[in-house]
Amino acid sequence: MPKDSGIGASSKRREDVRFLTGKGRYMDDMNRPGQAYAYLLRSPVAHGRITALDTREAEAAPGVIKVMTSADTAGIGGLPCGWQIHSRDGAPMHEPKHPVLAEGKVHHVGDPVAMVIAETAAQARDAAEMIVMDIEELPPVVNMKDAVAAGSPLVFDEIGTNVCFDWTFGTPQAETDAVFAAAAHVTTLDLVNQRLVANPMEPRVALGEYDPITELHSLFTTSQNPQLIRLLLSAFVLGIPEQRVRVMAPDVGGGFGSKIFHYNEEVLVVLASKALKRPVKWTSDRSEAFLSDRQGRDHVTRIEVAMDKDGHFLAMRTDTLANLGGYLSTLGPAIPTILHGTLMAGNYKTPKVTVNVKGVFTNTIPVDAYRGAGRPEATYQLERLVDKAAREMGLDPVEIRRRNFIQPDQFPYATPVGLAYDIGNYDATMDKLVEVADFAGFEARKAESAARGKLRGLGVSSYIEACGIAPSAAAGALGGRAGGWESANVRVNAAGGVTVWTGTHSHGQGHETTFAQIVADMLGLPENMIDIVHGDSASGPLGLGTYGSRSLAVGGSAIVRATEKVIAKAKKIAAHLLEAAEEDITFDKGTFTVAGTDKAIDFGTVALTAYVPHNFPHETLEPGLEEQAFYDPANFTFPAGAYACEVEVDPETGKVSVCSFAAADDFGNIINPMVVSGQVHGGIGQGIGQALMENCVYDENGQLLSGSFMDYAMPRADDVPNYVVDHSCITPCTHNPLGVKGCGEAGAIGSPPAVVNAVIDALQRGGYSHVTHIDMPVSPSRVWAAMQAK
Amino acid sequence: MYNFDFIKPETLAGAVEALAGEDAQALSGGQTLLPSMKQRLNAPATLVSLTGIAELKGVSGRAGASVTIGAATPHAVVAAEAGAFYPALADLAGGIGDPAVRNRGTIGGSLANNDPSACYPSAALASGATIKTNIREIAADDFFQGMFTTALEPGEIITGVSFPIPEKAAYAKFQQPASRFALAGVFVAKFAGGVRVAVTGASEGGVFRWTEAEAALSANFSPDAIAGMAPPAEGMIGDLHGTPEYRAHLVGVMTRRAVAAAH
Ligand SMILES: Cc1cc2nc3c(=O)[nH]c(=O)nc-3n(C[C@H](O)[C@H](O)[C@H](O)COP(=O)(O)OP(=O)(O)OC[C@H]3O[C@@H](n4cnc5c(N)ncnc54)[C@H](O)[C@@H]3O)c2cc1C
Repeated sequence: MPKDSGIGASSKRREDVRFLTGKGRYMDDMNRPGQAYAYLLRSPVAHGRITALDTREAEAAPGVIKVMTSADTAGIGGLPCGWQIHSRDGAPMHEPKHPVLAEGKVHHVGDPVAMVIAETAAQARDAAEMIVMDIEELPPVVNMKDAVAAGSPLVFDEIGTNVCFDWTFGTPQAETDAVFAAAAHVTTLDLVNQRLVANPMEPRVALGEYDPITELHSLFTTSQNPQLIRLLLSAFVLGIPEQRVRVMAPDVGGGFGSKIFHYNEEVLVVLASKALKRPVKWTSDRSEAFLSDRQGRDHVTRIEVAMDKDGHFLAMRTDTLANLGGYLSTLGPAIPTILHGTLMAGNYKTPKVTVNVKGVFTNTIPVDAYRGAGRPEATYQLERLVDKAAREMGLDPVEIRRRNFIQPDQFPYATPVGLAYDIGNYDATMDKLVEVADFAGFEARKAESAARGKLRGLGVSSYIEACGIAPSAAAGALGGRAGGWESANVRVNAAGGVTVWTGTHSHGQGHETTFAQIVADMLGLPENMIDIVHGDSASGPLGLGTYGSRSLAVGGSAIVRATEKVIAKAKKIAAHLLEAAEEDITFDKGTFTVAGTDKAIDFGTVALTAYVPHNFPHETLEPGLEEQAFYDPANFTFPAGAYACEVEVDPETGKVSVCSFAAADDFGNIINPMVVSGQVHGGIGQGIGQALMENCVYDENGQLLSGSFMDYAMPRADDVPNYVVDHSCITPCTHNPLGVKGCGEAGAIGSPPAVVNAVIDALQRGGYSHVTHIDMPVSPSRVWAAMQAK
Repeated sequence: MYNFDFIKPETLAGAVEALAGEDAQALSGGQTLLPSMKQRLNAPATLVSLTGIAELKGVSGRAGASVTIGAATPHAVVAAEAGAFYPALADLAGGIGDPAVRNRGTIGGSLANNDPSACYPSAALASGATIKTNIREIAADDFFQGMFTTALEPGEIITGVSFPIPEKAAYAKFQQPASRFALAGVFVAKFAGGVRVAVTGASEGGVFRWTEAEAALSANFSPDAIAGMAPPAEGMIGDLHGTPEYRAHLVGVMTRRAVAAAH
């Protein structure tokens, strides 16, 4: 029976009322009294030495208040990197400075060189055109294979190489190679995971406001993690006490990872507001977003699997070049290593897995997390490889996966690449997929497509991800410089309503609804008695924000712990009021009862009394009903599942149409099935976008060719089918109080290989047996070219 | 965008006079001009809007003979009203951009701009349309002179376009995945005197007539008549979305589809 409220109910998203009626509180609508406007002058070239920067004419232009260059940022730190990766020889990664305004050299098109502050945005932009900026162009490093070749020009002269780190992980290479040497069959695949632009609907905005009296530096910003930005800005960049920085991120119009990072503009508007003693606001437009938002993916990989004669995986090895771009972004080096290498075992019991990753600097926009962050790259390689292996072994793609799945009785399962999966059932999600995607009816659908001259294919993938980021101990051991905990504050107000502060941030995930469902369920209150507050580092508790599908598993767990403390305290109060022993009090559906009696008192009365403690024994019972909890997860969570895609290929044009897409996910327990479906839908949409359409491309000079929606192909509603989404297979997470795993990224992780596998399947079945792989995006022209290349 | 003056005359004469001013430029639907001004790639001192001039708007015609469309008529109006006279032209208009673009963008702006990927130029060229301006009439064969280049003189205003109505016609467009302009678009028009085939989206020279296909189709108006045919890849556009070879191939496919769909 579906519930109508609390945990398990598809409660309507309360935040949608303001979003759908145009009442969202987005940053561009926010203005402060006396505010000035900033415009960033950015490098027009990918690589060069700044030989002259004359701002005098700009400074004299109408309305201009100040022009900032790197001379104005001399006293502060660079943008910090949150992870330190070590190379195979034990040396720490190269960590060249990431200045907030270019110092001496520009590293990519769009690299900020100067900031103009004026009375209006138009005046700032006009004045920026008066800055004389001479750049002596240097040969750019664009392609990763060129970047790692001997004699390549250097992005950072001071480190003498473009290789930031040379990382190896998992089984020692020699052990793995020995298995390959003796294997019955080896399947090899070379592939590219192309660079993507996140393109959230709302471009970034940063507004700085300094109060000289309190010395409070306020930053309003479009961020997924205001508390984390406060930590980085105060402790690492400005070097001031954290409480003198307040970071607020009100409604944020999508992030997809790109709003995790600490950006140059956030520092600059705060510095400028301090210097000018007035608020300073910067708003990105879409073109600027293409040139300044951190980008995603961009791996070039060779992956191989060694098998016995029956298609059992004996060993796996990979070599990846991962693009870091022109500077180290906040999490840049963690994505292709910790969030990618650790997932290379997938859902399979492969005994030996070796992962090699070189992180490479190039003269391109810095690369960092994008929905899934490392895990989609791992899943794509693995699931394309497994499909190719199935073909080479003459096995059905479902069967080869089943032969290698970790079995339910093998959990907890330690992989060769550092993770301990706590629980799962990969055959169960595959069974469910086969059912909901109606594999049995495929031949009939294929015949129907053929009658219309189209080639139909069915593609499958399975995936696992490590979410609930992150157990602090594991993060620390893997090079993380921060913890992975969350905190929550639960305040029961005197009139019985409850305010919950979370350190996570909602920018599309529906926390205000789902977190309220949890607390309502635990306290036996109606959901509308509970308010969830997030997004302000001053009023909220500490926390690390929202990414890595962590908000429910980690932030939700903190809320559960704090609510448990509230219940424990309330029981004390109830015991006092009912004149019973505390251990005799039971709490159920909002009522405290003395066990075995009909003496009872409701939650509201206890709450009121907590603040009207007329006869409290103050030595043993504090007034008030408010608790805080910190939660550090014991392990990652491991959502997993199986996806299927059916496509039609037009053999005349190479155009691929997605006919259907089905997902069978195991997310552990589900708080709000509707919200979960929505998260999966969005993820699959982005996955289909990556598989078929999106591509961020630079020319050989490092100029961005896909710098607008005229060339960067975003998926639109008519590019995606109606999804079949099932999350009825549940193996509850074993180590968090809700038994939840996280669902925010799964769709984007599992879907690209399912789509590409379907295209290859269609071509193979259609007689194009020479086509074993096409790199993403599988665009019409690429499909057509592959079909021709007999 | 830089500052500019804005004039919205109610007569053609008023527009002509205003366009004689220094750095003045005609503004029709603004779907091309305004984005380029926002990016500061274009900075006219004065914009002269054509959309307030009644005589530049509307669809009129004689069934089976011709249809004339005012230059400032938006695509959506052509899609809704031209079908009675020239269904293939209405279909083309209905497939341009999205509803916002179709409600603002105009046929005159599209032809004057002559984007190599725009749809209308192929219809005008394949139909043998006549482009009417404030000073003369120009045959479509003479009007299009390569990417973003036309026979228009500075200050010359397109007032309308007159399309002879063929026996059968159709437009087949293969969309560029991002912009949804034509990666290759082919307009085929069958007249009593022969078939005209105009191709957009594909060539570095802009819209062009594919005369080889015209000859084959004039002899036998069926997809089979041009089976396996494609124009040479040389001179075709090569970019992120397709190689010259792919575009040449698509022209063949789209021509066959247009012939099959002609009505
Ligand atoms: C998102 C998007 C998608 C689009 N998709 C397509 C598509 O699929 N197919 C397609 O064909 N087009 C497409 N377009 C372009 C659209 O059709 C434009 O409307 C058209 O190209 C220009 O028409 P306009 O009326 O907007 O002209 P404007 O932008 O106002 O003007 C364009 C140019 O023509 C000049 N001009 C305008 N009117 C006249 C006149 N009467 N006489 C002389 N000069 C004049 C102007 O001075 C300017 O130089 C798209 C545009 C957008 C923004």
